[in-house]
Amino acid sequence: MHKLSILLFLVAGAFALSFQSAPDAGGYQIGDTAEDFNLPSVKGKNVSMASIKNAKGYVVIFTCNHCPYAKAYEQRIIELHKKYAPLGFSVLAISPNDPKIQPDDSFDKMKKLAKMKKYPFAYLFDETQDVAKAFGATRTPHVYVLDQNRVVRYIGALDDNSEDAAKVKEPYASQAIEALLAGKEVPVKETKAIGCSIKWKKS
Amino acid sequence: MRHFFLFFLLILTLSLSAQEIPIIQKEDFKQWLEADNDTLYVLNFWATWCGPCVAELPAFEKIHERYADQKVKVILISTDFRRNLDTQVKRFVRRKKLQSQVMFINEPNPNDWINWIDPDWTGAIPATLIISKRNGHRFFIEKAMTFNQLEEKIRTFLP
Repeated sequence: MHKLSILLFLVAGAFALSFQSAPDAGGYQIGDTAEDFNLPSVKGKNVSMASIKNAKGYVVIFTCNHCPYAKAYEQRIIELHKKYAPLGFSVLAISPNDPKIQPDDSFDKMKKLAKMKKYPFAYLFDETQDVAKAFGATRTPHVYVLDQNRVVRYIGALDDNSEDAAKVKEPYASQAIEALLAGKEVPVKETKAIGCSIKWKKS
Repeated sequence: MRHFFLFFLLILTLSLSAQEIPIIQKEDFKQWLEADNDTLYVLNFWATWCGPCVAELPAFEKIHERYADQKVKVILISTDFRRNLDTQVKRFVRRKKLQSQVMFINEPNPNDWINWIDPDWTGAIPATLIISKRNGHRFFIEKAMTFNQLEEKIRTFLP
């Protein structure tokens, strides 16, 4: 009787696993289900996607203190969270850089910046860089919009004009969130943008 | 005597002024991507604020110095913000006395042209494309390169 239970358990497990979309070697693609993470935030507690209450989706943004592109987008990221968190789409900002290579991106400096600029969103430290690798992030900022089931529905730039917020014509990330809120297809699923390369740890 | 002085000033000014930095748009990439000549183009995408980009520039300068007469054309394409072109970028080029051709890509939405350089390029800099369409040579990397890596690659493409 025991052997049969174990066998059934294994078969059930294999069956369940076959429904997961594993990430590509290069990170998540559109349609992949992202694994949840559990990272320390600048406010002192750990944050995971599961810990977000009433989530209708998630906006995971790899960003950092030092990069001029990240700085250019800082205010827009704050505004994105303020607009969409109440509607169920919170921003989860993750800093993936190795502070040994870029000291301005240390956890201490992250805490200082978040406090000074009054970040309304979670600002998390990906110390092992495992989350950045799982997502396949390559630069900062790098935006991933996930739906309620953590399926990746948009990857890329926040909008089409990093230098000048006033000249933005296509707010790609907002468009993706609005589409998901309306139960519609995301119009532009992937975009590319120039950004600072992620400072990977030297092995 | 006065004419000589003015002439001297003119020569001095000309010798001190840095290279012109042409502002290009995405259509301009076609002249290198689709060129029907024997030149091997080395397109390097960089920015003044990008540490690894600045660190690898001397390697490109050395390639320019050694291979310019062998139909290898190095083009350093700055992706800085437009508002910093006349200040940060020009100052940087002047201070570093860059000899390779520097150009400035003036396109607000990189999503329009990143895939033209390489469909696998995610947009991180530094990035380098080495190409000669006529001779079927193509190499792209989304990472900094050392002088040895650059030279080795270029030499495999030279006749």
